[in-house]
Amino acid sequence: RYSTGFGRFRWLAEGGAGQDVGRSCILVSIAGKNVMLDCGMHMGFNDDRRFPDFSYITQNGRLTDFLDCVIISHFHLDHCGALPYFSEMVGYDGPIYMTHPTQAICPILLEDYRKIAVDKKGEANFFTSQMIKDCMKKVVAVHLHQTVQVDDELEIKAYYAGHVLGAAMFQIKVGSESVVYTGDYNMTPDRHLGAAWIDKCRPNLLITESTYATTIRDSKRCRERDFLKKVHETVERGGKVLIPVFALGRAQELCILLETFWERMNLKVPIYFSTGLTEKANHYYKLFIPWTNQKIRKTFVQRNMFEFKHIKAFDRAFADNPGPMVVFATPGMLHAGQSLQIFRKWAGNEKNMVIMPGYCVQGTVGHKILSGQRKLEMEGRQVLEVKMQVEYMSFSAHADAKGIMQLVGQAEPESVLLVHGEAKKMEFLKQKIEQELRVSCYMPANGETVTLPTSLSIPVGISLGLLKREMAQGLLPEAKKPRLLHGTLIMKDSNFRLVSSEQALKELGLAEHQLRFTCRVHLHDTRKEQETALRVYSHLKSILKDHCVQHLPDGSVTVESILIQAAAPSEDPGTKVLLVSWTYQDEELGSFLTSLLKKGLPQAPS
Amino acid sequence: AKLHLKKIKKKRENFRSYFLYPSQQQQEEIATKKLRLTKPSKSAALHIDLCKATSPADALQYLLQFARKPVEAESVEGVVRILLEHYYKENDPSVRLKIASLLGLLSKTTGFSPDCIMDDAINILQNEKSHQVLAQLLDTLLAIGTKLPENQAIQMRLVDVACKHLTDTSHGVRNKCLQLLGNLGSLEKTVTKDAEGLATRDVQKIIGDYFSDQDPRVRTAAIKAMLQLHERGLKLHQTIYNQACKLLSDDYEQVRSAAVQLIWVVSQLYPESIVPIPSSNEEIRLVDDAFGKICHMVSDGSWVVRVQAAKLLGSMEQVSSHFLEQTLDKKLMSDLRRKRTAHERAKELYSSGEFSSGRKWGDDAPKEEVDTGAVNLIESGACGAFVHGLEDEMYEVRIAAVEALCMLAQSSPSFAEKCLDFLVDMFNDEIEEVRLQSIHTMRKISNNITLREDQLDTVLAVLEDSSRDIREALHELLCCTNVSTKEGIHLALVELLKNLTKYPTDRDSIWKCLKFLGSRHPTLVLPLVPELLSTHPFFDTAEPDMDDPAYIAVLVLIFNAAKTCPTMPALFSDHTFRHYAYLRDSLSHLVPALRLPGRKLVSSAVSSTIISQEDPSQQFLQQSLERVYSLQHLDPQGAQELLEFTIRDLQRLGELQSELAGVADFSATYLRCQLLLIKALQEKLWNVAAPLYLKQSDLASAAAKQIMEETYKMEFMYSGVENKQVVIIHHMRLQAKALQLIVTARTTRGCGMFLSKMYFITDLPHLQDSFVDKLLDLMPRLMTSKPAEVVKILQTMLRQSAFLHLPLPEQIHKASATIIEPAGESDNPLRFTSGLVVSLDVDATLEHVQDPQNTVKVQVLYPDGQAQMIHPKPADFRNPGPGRHRLITQVYLSHTAWTEPCQVEVRLLLSYNSSARIPKCPWMEGGEVSPQVETSIEGTIPFSKPVKVYIMPKPARR
Repeated sequence: RYSTGFGRFRWLAEGGAGQDVGRSCILVSIAGKNVMLDCGMHMGFNDDRRFPDFSYITQNGRLTDFLDCVIISHFHLDHCGALPYFSEMVGYDGPIYMTHPTQAICPILLEDYRKIAVDKKGEANFFTSQMIKDCMKKVVAVHLHQTVQVDDELEIKAYYAGHVLGAAMFQIKVGSESVVYTGDYNMTPDRHLGAAWIDKCRPNLLITESTYATTIRDSKRCRERDFLKKVHETVERGGKVLIPVFALGRAQELCILLETFWERMNLKVPIYFSTGLTEKANHYYKLFIPWTNQKIRKTFVQRNMFEFKHIKAFDRAFADNPGPMVVFATPGMLHAGQSLQIFRKWAGNEKNMVIMPGYCVQGTVGHKILSGQRKLEMEGRQVLEVKMQVEYMSFSAHADAKGIMQLVGQAEPESVLLVHGEAKKMEFLKQKIEQELRVSCYMPANGETVTLPTSLSIPVGISLGLLKREMAQGLLPEAKKPRLLHGTLIMKDSNFRLVSSEQALKELGLAEHQLRFTCRVHLHDTRKEQETALRVYSHLKSILKDHCVQHLPDGSVTVESILIQAAAPSEDPGTKVLLVSWTYQDEELGSFLTSLLKKGLPQAPS
Repeated sequence: AKLHLKKIKKKRENFRSYFLYPSQQQQEEIATKKLRLTKPSKSAALHIDLCKATSPADALQYLLQFARKPVEAESVEGVVRILLEHYYKENDPSVRLKIASLLGLLSKTTGFSPDCIMDDAINILQNEKSHQVLAQLLDTLLAIGTKLPENQAIQMRLVDVACKHLTDTSHGVRNKCLQLLGNLGSLEKTVTKDAEGLATRDVQKIIGDYFSDQDPRVRTAAIKAMLQLHERGLKLHQTIYNQACKLLSDDYEQVRSAAVQLIWVVSQLYPESIVPIPSSNEEIRLVDDAFGKICHMVSDGSWVVRVQAAKLLGSMEQVSSHFLEQTLDKKLMSDLRRKRTAHERAKELYSSGEFSSGRKWGDDAPKEEVDTGAVNLIESGACGAFVHGLEDEMYEVRIAAVEALCMLAQSSPSFAEKCLDFLVDMFNDEIEEVRLQSIHTMRKISNNITLREDQLDTVLAVLEDSSRDIREALHELLCCTNVSTKEGIHLALVELLKNLTKYPTDRDSIWKCLKFLGSRHPTLVLPLVPELLSTHPFFDTAEPDMDDPAYIAVLVLIFNAAKTCPTMPALFSDHTFRHYAYLRDSLSHLVPALRLPGRKLVSSAVSSTIISQEDPSQQFLQQSLERVYSLQHLDPQGAQELLEFTIRDLQRLGELQSELAGVADFSATYLRCQLLLIKALQEKLWNVAAPLYLKQSDLASAAAKQIMEETYKMEFMYSGVENKQVVIIHHMRLQAKALQLIVTARTTRGCGMFLSKMYFITDLPHLQDSFVDKLLDLMPRLMTSKPAEVVKILQTMLRQSAFLHLPLPEQIHKASATIIEPAGESDNPLRFTSGLVVSLDVDATLEHVQDPQNTVKVQVLYPDGQAQMIHPKPADFRNPGPGRHRLITQVYLSHTAWTEPCQVEVRLLLSYNSSARIPKCPWMEGGEVSPQVETSIEGTIPFSKPVKVYIMPKPARR
């Protein structure tokens, strides 16, 4: 049993340097089955490094033969971006598993990405639209908590993960061994999604992301309140609010947030979102209500929360309209497109405001204004003076350190493997997991293979008759204590059965042999045999209170089925010989009795 | 039935038999004989049925049919025998199961002592093989055992039986055994004499052993049984604590949920015991340890457990403050560096004097490095429990957490101060219920707290909420909030005025809110006065519009502050004084009496005398009532006069003293009834022949009718009326009915109606010299005599009967209602197409109405005399405070076309049903009164002023 971590390329950007969106791809071998978890791409590269190195999996031979299945946790490109390349260009024909929302949204994002890469940047050797379609044909969609049998032995099951619509955690199980892969997840609910949840499935290994391994986040409520207050104040002053977002995920969360606030506060100021991808995405959010949070699910009967009342599609011309308004525009970092256009129009008025809901890469306009620049050089040597207010509001949908610990606590795995994180931060979390949860923890580097031994448990069938007999003998079995049980183990046709010895004899057609142990114990006793026997009897009677000790008329003593006879050897009248005889079944008691008798009898009371 | 009547006097018994069975007495004897005859027949029929049954399915059908009808206590035993007989013969387990369950049902029959069937039940238990039937039989035994709580020997025996079957392989049987142990396990260790043969068992230990059963259902049952023991008053051992703690990590949610409860119970029993902390040498109090453990469960995987844990946290008041405050603490960090929470930052900003600065990039930049060793990600203690609970995914958990927070904050002021930030955050929850709950919570703890300005800001932001409930709850909250600065007051006023312009319907609620805000913070309002009244030291400013609700709001704030701030009126300009006089008159409930320069201090004199004269007015009430009781000795004329001026006195007293209004009104009504009665009897027409009399009987019959109405009002419109008053009221009504009878009997024939209506008479206790007393005495004669004689007898009895003293209840309030909306002022008719409906919003406040959901109705009277009664939904009633209710509902109007707009009347009715009180009588106890009776309406009392609404149904256009 081993797990292979490879292609764990993910640098995270929390608060500063090295922001990059990584690619995520993990190969797990479990009891002879090979499963690939996620197939992400790296957005920072434009060459071959963009996709994982699939030749690593198998040097020669087809991928389809090697891999039993591919599982995609959610639709973010760093988790699914390399999928068409992998299936169509490298060649994989096996099943690809993902949830229904992921299946719906994933091709839109892939297509969008393809357009930018090929049509705008003019890249060659890239997958085509047809390839995306062909790839999606290989997808098998799964429901939450549905156990899918990939083949006779391998089964997978999806759990809710929060994070984005349709994100799931997967349990992969072969026989008694199992792995849980979390993908990205969120342990605190937000305005449109619930929190990740897993049952006590006790996997052998839990592979978890560790984006925020060293962060404990504040409550979301303060941030939400701040956000709403700022928007509200600006709008009341008559200013315009620009919120640059990416099409999916946070955009919908913020839309819901503003929509409910507008509803609550009875506001009439228009809210717009940029058309195109966002509009399409909203459509899917409308469809997948069961994947959203409690509030949206509950009010769905009256009204679908994603059918916004106050939020309308944006038109270019609206930007010049007088009066207050709120606009969601893509892209999120203000580096191009509609958001930048609007920003240029509104930047000069100090009544207006721009709210950056996420992190911005260095070099983008977003980053510049966040770091306090007030004069921006635009194309054509124009200088844009930024008078509008600039706000930063972080809305992140990853679990923080506490959340990761909570999930590990919920699933109770034997060991944990951390992926998606900076080595230094993961070191801290690893230490904590080992200290506080007493669970072994691994953090493999890219391309590194971790092998985990598992204790193999072999199921043995027990006959009901035997079990009942054993139950009847003693008290109820205690759930967590091992118990001794007599029986015969039969191995036949590669299955194991535990049956009573009588039945085993019958099945195998064997005759029963009696096995008896006898032992002589020499006692120093001058009295007659009968008296010796009587003394033995009274001695045993006083010691073995729980057992049935009997004195038979022929002078012998029995303890349960053990027979004790006293005899006088002719040569020495001073010693008596005790013959102790017991069957194989009573070995325990028999050996105890002999050792007891060997100690001698107590002095008879005079 | 005779058993119940033993206590009642003989003549009363006879009397009742007349009314309940209006036939002759002999008939009753026959009836009881018949009963005896039918007794065996019931079981016999069952026996025949069961013997007829050819298949188990048939038998099951018969049994099911049989179970639908109730069985009388006398015939239970016979039925049980038949059932048992059949049980022994039956091979099919499902039929045996049904019989077993029937045995359980039958043994619950009131008036049947099930000890006779216990032996049989135990007997069949021993031979039973089917686990399901076994479980059902144990259930039957449980029913028997709970029916006989006094019989120690039986209890011991049952416990013994339960212990014997505890080792059964079926979880159902083990479950039932544990239930039995929990319900019947003996509380005292001492062996009573009749139970000597059986050794007492340590029930707790036996149950405790099943905490580790392999089946989660049995584990749950074991914990529940333990809790049951606790409920029955058995003191649980402390050793259970450790066992229960282990169960907290059980795989099954129901086990964990029950375990949390058990831990809570133990922590309440042994709060001060010391328990060691595992893997360290330290020790802590048990209640603290338990608190920590329950806190940990707030982040459990199952939301059921989370709700349970969050709820229980609220009632752990003995916990140390150190632990308590940890629940709100979550150490933040970013990239291994310590970070401050937004709350801490807000506080700092506030204390540094810079309020509400814009957030900058990196504003929340982490500060000092965190010692990696010291960070504890999974706290053993209570850390952050509420932070998690309030952020939970399920709103049930969040509500539970808010409630718990409320309870803990009420008992600990320092905690209240700390939890403020979190509560304020909850004001923005996505679910309205949670928001409302947190606002209520805040109101409840508002005595302990003072809001910071930034907190107030967040609180006030909610005033714009479109939900009326939220806004009103917030107004209530502001009524009792402490604000620390004058800017705070100003902010609150500005926001409230904004609210007023946005939602003009909130007017009253906002005025009331400002009244309290002003009277609580006079010194903070003082420096704001010139600005608020926009007065200028040199120039006269324009006089504001007196009808502007916003201006009135400002004045309400100022006048209430001025009440305790004598320097304030100096800042008023002339027109303010004029406006004061106007408002004091028109809105006297909002504007207090002020000590104004150059004005008479009439009002203040009154306010000071109220306190000192409270006793005299009470005395006056007593005296005037006592005076009335000498009525007996006065001549009719004098009695009338006495009653008249006493009623007048009482009415005046009620107007003057609002706290005595209920009592005064109540007694005045009673006296008025008496007055009417005397007047009616005083008529000199009684001796006139019937035909002549007929013309002028109006007065007497009208009086009778009015007395009836008044008695219904007395009975149902006042809260706090006790049984002894009800009796007197009934008596009065009886007299009124007698009067009615006399009046009608003179013209028509028959008195059966009267007598059969009067059955509630048995409810009346013995009253010396009263009408009922005399009536009972003469009953045998009445029953036999002719109508004419009956009338005569009744007439004399009425005249002779004494005036009954009405004992005053301690607390009595008259129910009242005010319709706020529709206001009835609009001249624009509500137009709608005839035949279709139009909805009318009705908003009313109800005071001192008991159970308004069932009693309050809305009536709409159309000009053509058509009346419509509307039953508001239970959800339309809100309960903003004790004794107060608010009805916000929609009434649908419809009518055929009219030629011009006309007014409809809307008013509120209080429906009553006097039979709902009947189950109180002793002889009806245990008798089954179907709920249908209680909901039906016998009559209604209008209790609000009608409001006129202009409507105009237009003919439909073709």
